[in-house]
Amino acid sequence: MLIFEHSRPGRRAFAQAPVSAPAAADLPADQLRALPPLLPECSELDVVRHYTGLSRKNFSIDTQFYPLGSCTMKYNPRACNTLAMLPQFLARHPLADVETGQGFLASMHELQEMLKEVTGMAAVCLAPMAGAHGEFAGVAMIRAYHDARGDAARTEIIVPDAAHGTNPATATMCGYAVKEIPTDRDGNVDLDALRAAVGPQTAGIMLTNPSTLGVFEPAIGEIQKIVHQAGGLTYYDGANLNAILGRVRPGDMGFDVIHMNLHKTFSTPHGGGGPGAGPVGVSERLRPYLPIPYVLEENGAYRWAEEADCPHSIGRMSAFGGNMGVLMRAFIYARMLGRDGMHRVAEYAALNANYLAAELKKAGFDLAFPQRRASHEFIVTLKKLKDETGVSAMDFAKRLLDYGFHAPTTYFPMLVPECLLIEPTETESKATLDAFVAAMVAVKREAEGNAERVKTAPHTLPARRMDDVKAARELDLAWKPG
Amino acid sequence: MPFNPHTESDVAEMLASIGAPSLAALFDEIPAELNCGGLASIPEGMSEMAVSRLMQNRAAQDGFYSTFIGAGAYEHHIPAAVWQIVGRGEFYSAYTPYQAEASQGTLQLLWEYQSMMTSLTGLDVSNASLYDGASAVAEAILMAVRANKANVRRVLVPATLHPRYRAVAEATVRNQGIEMVSVPWCTECGHTIPASLERYAAETAAALVIPQPNFFGVLEPVDALTDWAHAHNMLAIAVVNPLALALLKPPGQWGNKGADICVGDGQPLGAPLSSGGPYFGFMTAKQALVRQMPGRIVGRTLDADGNPGFALTLQAREQHIRRAKATSNICSNQGLLVTAATIHMALLGPEGLKNVALASHANTRALVERLTAIAGVERVFTGPAFHETVIRVNAPVADVLRALRAQGILGGYDLGADYPELKDCILVCATETKTDEDLAAYAQQLERILSRRREAPPCAYK
Repeated sequence: MLIFEHSRPGRRAFAQAPVSAPAAADLPADQLRALPPLLPECSELDVVRHYTGLSRKNFSIDTQFYPLGSCTMKYNPRACNTLAMLPQFLARHPLADVETGQGFLASMHELQEMLKEVTGMAAVCLAPMAGAHGEFAGVAMIRAYHDARGDAARTEIIVPDAAHGTNPATATMCGYAVKEIPTDRDGNVDLDALRAAVGPQTAGIMLTNPSTLGVFEPAIGEIQKIVHQAGGLTYYDGANLNAILGRVRPGDMGFDVIHMNLHKTFSTPHGGGGPGAGPVGVSERLRPYLPIPYVLEENGAYRWAEEADCPHSIGRMSAFGGNMGVLMRAFIYARMLGRDGMHRVAEYAALNANYLAAELKKAGFDLAFPQRRASHEFIVTLKKLKDETGVSAMDFAKRLLDYGFHAPTTYFPMLVPECLLIEPTETESKATLDAFVAAMVAVKREAEGNAERVKTAPHTLPARRMDDVKAARELDLAWKPG
Repeated sequence: MPFNPHTESDVAEMLASIGAPSLAALFDEIPAELNCGGLASIPEGMSEMAVSRLMQNRAAQDGFYSTFIGAGAYEHHIPAAVWQIVGRGEFYSAYTPYQAEASQGTLQLLWEYQSMMTSLTGLDVSNASLYDGASAVAEAILMAVRANKANVRRVLVPATLHPRYRAVAEATVRNQGIEMVSVPWCTECGHTIPASLERYAAETAAALVIPQPNFFGVLEPVDALTDWAHAHNMLAIAVVNPLALALLKPPGQWGNKGADICVGDGQPLGAPLSSGGPYFGFMTAKQALVRQMPGRIVGRTLDADGNPGFALTLQAREQHIRRAKATSNICSNQGLLVTAATIHMALLGPEGLKNVALASHANTRALVERLTAIAGVERVFTGPAFHETVIRVNAPVADVLRALRAQGILGGYDLGADYPELKDCILVCATETKTDEDLAAYAQQLERILSRRREAPPCAYK
C-alpha cells in the first residue's frame, strides 16, 4: 500500500505546527499556487506505521550480514549517531559566526588532522560529500595544477580497467579523456601497458589500491614513478582504505591526492544510498588547490579557510562546507577507535577476508586469484557452476537473500566472469562467517541438484525478482491519483 | 577491542585455517619498506562513556542561539516521528537498493518521494536526490548543456541566485568549458528585470537559471523569465525553496510552457541545520529530459508473481554501467535525508506544509515591521518577498550582528561580502518557529544597540 492510499481529505497529523496561518495577502495572485500539491493527508499513526512497515522490508547491517565487496558494510556504532545529533549541533546554522561553533569546529579540525595522519598527506579538506565528489575534487586539483603551469597538453587520465565506474566518469566531468589500461593475470596493473600509455598528454592516473580485485598492487612505487616521470600526477582512490589503515599510507607511497570514503572506512551509515563523505588529502604541491572551506586553527581558535585564504583553490564543493553530521559521526568513531583500534581495523578485515576465502576454497569454490593474498576482500568466480548448471552469479546472489545474507557484489569488477566480490569487514564474527560459508555451500548444492529453484530465487522475500525491462520501457516514476 | 568480536581462540583458529602464522603475515604482499610503523599522532582510543562526555561538553560550549539567519538554510519544526523512524537501523544502516528484493522499503519510500516532488514542482519526473542545492544547480546546468543539440556551452545566471550556489556551479562546470554569464538585477525592486535580458538575446545560451524566491527573498517574475528563455531557445532552470512551493506557483506552470528543470535544496523538508549538512539536492524535470538526468531513479514495475514492486531504473545513464559516458559521476546520494523529507512531507500534508510557508511569511513580515519601526532601519527592496527580507541599518553591520550575538541573537546574514552595493544590509528570516516574544526581543535589542551607538562611541555598544 502506498502512503497516498492512506490519505483522507481533512485528516491531519498532530505534530504539524502551526495549525493555521494568515493568508499571504501581499503576494501577487499570479505568483500563487492554484491547486495544492498531491501530498497525503494522514494521521501521525498512519505515517509512523506505514514507514515502520516499509523499513521492515529492507535488509540492513543491523539485521543482516552484508558481504558486499568494495562497500565496507561494517557495523555503524550507535554512539556516533546519538552524539552527532546532540541538539546544539543540530540547531547550529551554517552561517552562524565561527565563535558560536568552536566545539564543532574543534571536532572537524581534529578529524582533518587524524585523516592527514592515516593517509600521510600534507593537508586534508572535508568538504566533498561522497566518494565520487572527492574524486571530482581530486581530479579538478590535478587539472588546476597543470593549468597553473600552462601545461595545456595534458588531456588524458589513465584508469585501470578494474576501476570503479566513478573513476572514468569523474575524468569526463573534469573535461579529460580516459585512457584505460589492462590488468595482468595476477590482478596487477600491466606495467608495460602503463609505460606505453604515458606521455606528454598524461594528466595523471587514478589508481585504487588494494584494487577492486582484492589484491595489493606490489609495484605501487614503480607505477607512481612511471607516471611522475611522464609529468603526470597520481591519484589514490581510497575506496579500499579499510584494508591498509594503520599499515601503509598513500602519502608515503608518493601519491599526490587521495579521497577517502568515510561511509566505508570510518563507519558512517550508508543510509540506503547516502549521505556519504569523501574528504580529500593532498601532497604539498597540490595544497594551494584544495577545495574550500577547511578548518584553520590559530592560537587555539578555529575558523574556516575561505576564498581570501585560498586564492588558488578549485572552489566550493557545496553551499555550506559538506556533510557535517556525517563528518561528526566519523570523528566520534575515530576517537573511539584511537591509535590501536585503527591498526586493528585492517588486521581484522584482512583476517576475516582471508579466512572466508580459505573456507570457501576448501568448500569447493573457485577463487579468481588463488595465488594471491586477499586484502580485505576477494573474488569467487562461478563460471564453472554457470557452465555446468546454468546458474549465474546473479541467480546465486538472489538465492543467498533467501538464506538471510545480503548478496555479495556481482558482476563487478567486470574482468572476472560470473564473479562474487566478497568483503566481510572486521566487525563480523567467525560464527557469522561460518554461517555464510554454510549458506554458500547449500546454494551450490541446490544449483547442482535443482537449478530452477536457484534461478527463480528469491522465494521468501517481500518481493520476487523485478521486471527491470518493463521498469525501463514503461516508465512509471510517480503516483497519479486513479 | 572496539568493534571486533574476535576472541583469542577465534583468531588462532582462523589463522590456522588460512595457514598464516600471524596477523602480520596477512600483509606479506605489501612491500615491507612501505610499512608506516604506526600512527603516532592518533590519540588513544576512548570509551563510549568518555567520548560522550567530550561531545556533550563541546555541544554545551556551542550552546543555543535565537537564529534569524536564512540564506539557504532554514530552521523549521521537525516532527519527532521523522528522525525516530529515520534512525531505525533498517533505514539507517541499509545499503543502496541495488538488490531490489531486499530493499523494497527504501525503494518504495524513494518512489513516494519522487511522487511528492513531481507534484510539488509541477514536473513529470524526479530523481532520488543529489548532494545539495548548490551541486544540484551545477548538475542542472550540465544537463541543459548535454540536452542542447547545437552544443552551446553558455548559460545565463542571475546575480540574485545564492552566491554560494553560483560559486559551486562555477567550480564544477568550468572544467567542461562551460561559461556562466552573470545577469544583473534591479537594485530597487530586488529581482531580475526581464527587459534587461534583451542585451543577451543575440548571444546564444543553453539555459536561463531562475531562482524563486531569489537570494534576497524576493519573488522573481518567473512567468516572463521562463517565456523569455523559451523564446530564445533556452531551457528554463528553476532553483526553488521546496517549502515555498506549498504556497507559490510550481515551476511546471511558469509561463506558457513551464520550466524544464527544477532543482533546489531539500533542507527545509525535515533536515536539521546541523552547521550545513547533510542536506539533499533535489531535481525534477520534464519527461523528455529524463534520460539526461543524473542520479538514481526508482521505477514501479511488476515482480515475477505479477505483484507491483519497485526497482532502480534507467541505470544505463549511471557511472557503474556507462562509466566515462555517464550523465554524471554521482554514486552515493543523500538517501537518508530523503527518507526524512518523505516522512516529513507525509506528516505535514498539503495544508501543514502551506501553513509552515504562510506562518514563515507572516513572521518575517512582522519582524520587518518591528525592525523598520526603529530609527535608522529600513527595508531595501520593493518586490514581494517570501520569508526573507533585506534591511539596511545605519551602522556597521558586523558590529551590529556581534552585539546582537552577545545577547543570544543571530540577527541575519551580512550581505556586504557578496554584494558590495549592499554593504550596510542584512538578510533576515523569521520562520514559523519564532514567537512574537522572539521577534520583540530582536527588535528591542536592535533598537538598544543602534541608539547606544548614537549616544556613545563605538566601543560602548556591547
